[in-house]
Amino acid sequence: MSLLTCHNLSKSYGKTLVLNDINLEIPSGKIIGLLGPNGSGKTTLIKLINGLLMPNSGEILINMKPVGINSKKVISYLPEHSYLNFNMKVNELIQYFSDFYKDFDKEKAYQLLKKLNINAKDKLSAMSKGMKEKVQLVLVMSRKADLYILDEPIGGVDPATRDYILDTILTNFNKEASIIISTHLISDIEKILDEVIFIKNGQIYLYGEADELRAQKGKSIDEIFREEFKC
Amino acid sequence: MQWSFNNDRPIYIQLVENLKLFIISGTYKPGEKLLSVRDLAALAKVNPNTMQKALTELEELGLIYTERTNGKFVTLDSKLIQKCKEKLAKEKSFIYLNDMMNLGFSKEETIKYLNKEEK
Repeated sequence: MSLLTCHNLSKSYGKTLVLNDINLEIPSGKIIGLLGPNGSGKTTLIKLINGLLMPNSGEILINMKPVGINSKKVISYLPEHSYLNFNMKVNELIQYFSDFYKDFDKEKAYQLLKKLNINAKDKLSAMSKGMKEKVQLVLVMSRKADLYILDEPIGGVDPATRDYILDTILTNFNKEASIIISTHLISDIEKILDEVIFIKNGQIYLYGEADELRAQKGKSIDEIFREEFKC
Repeated sequence: MQWSFNNDRPIYIQLVENLKLFIISGTYKPGEKLLSVRDLAALAKVNPNTMQKALTELEELGLIYTERTNGKFVTLDSKLIQKCKEKLAKEKSFIYLNDMMNLGFSKEETIKYLNKEEK
C-alpha cells in the first residue's frame, strides 16, 4: 500500500503555475531524495503534503486518506524556516512537542540531545544557526511518525555536523516509516537514499532507485543532477 | 579495516565488495556471527535497505548464511573463501600489469619492479 499518493496535483500562485499535474506514489520503508533546482516547486509540494497550502486541482492521500488532522498526526515535518519561539529553552520545547504530539518520545529526544552535546537548559536564542538546526531535527526525529519530511535539513551546518545529522536520520529510520529529504547538497546525502525524485519546472522529471540510476549512467546522483539541470 | 565508497557506482555493489574483502582478509572469520543489518548499516553509514540488498547478494554467493532465528554468519567453507581470494588476486594483478604495460613496461620488467618493492 502506498503511504503517500499524489493524483494530478497542480498548484498556482496567481497566474504562475508552480506544480503541474504531479503524480506520485511513495511506499513505506524508504528514504527518498526530493531534488530539484531553486524554484522547481519542491517546497510547494512539501507544503501541500503538510496541508499548509491547498492545491488548485488534484488530490493528496496519506495512508489512503485525504490531508487533514489525521495526516498531521502521522507526518513529522521539518520546515525550511523555523517556526519555533527562540525565547524558549530546549527542555520547554520538548515539553511543548510532547503536549502537542501523541507520538513524541521525550526520552529519545533527551538521548539525541546528549549525543549532539546540546544542553537542554539553553535557550534557542543563545545558540548558533547550526545548533538550532540540530535541535529542530531532534524534535522532528523524536516523533514516531509514518512519514518524515525534511526540507533542507543540513543547509546551515558544517560537514562534520552534516555527517552527524545524517547518522541521526539513519539510525532513527525504521521500516514502517519513510523519509523525504529535500536538499541541494546532493553529494552529501546521496549515499543514504533509496530513491530519488527529480523535479523540474513543477513536474516530476525522473523518479527512480538511486543505485539503478548510478548503474545505468555510471555516475553519481550529484553528477546526473548537474547534467540534467545544466543552466 | 575501513568501509570505502564513492558515489558513482551502485552503493550495494560496493558494500558487497567491502564485505567480501572483510571475509577474504579474515577480518570476519569463518563461522563468525555478523552484526544485525541495522548495526552493519550504521557502521557503514548506509541505508539499512541497501545493506540488506548487499547481504542477500553475499548469501547468494554462499559467503554468508542465515540461521533462521539466530542471525547471519560467515560461511565455514574455507575453500570458497580461498577461491574468492584467488579471483580477487587475479583481478588486482591484471589491473596492475595492465597499468604497467600502458606505461611501456614489459611483463618481465614489471616483475623486476615488484621484486624491488619492499614491504
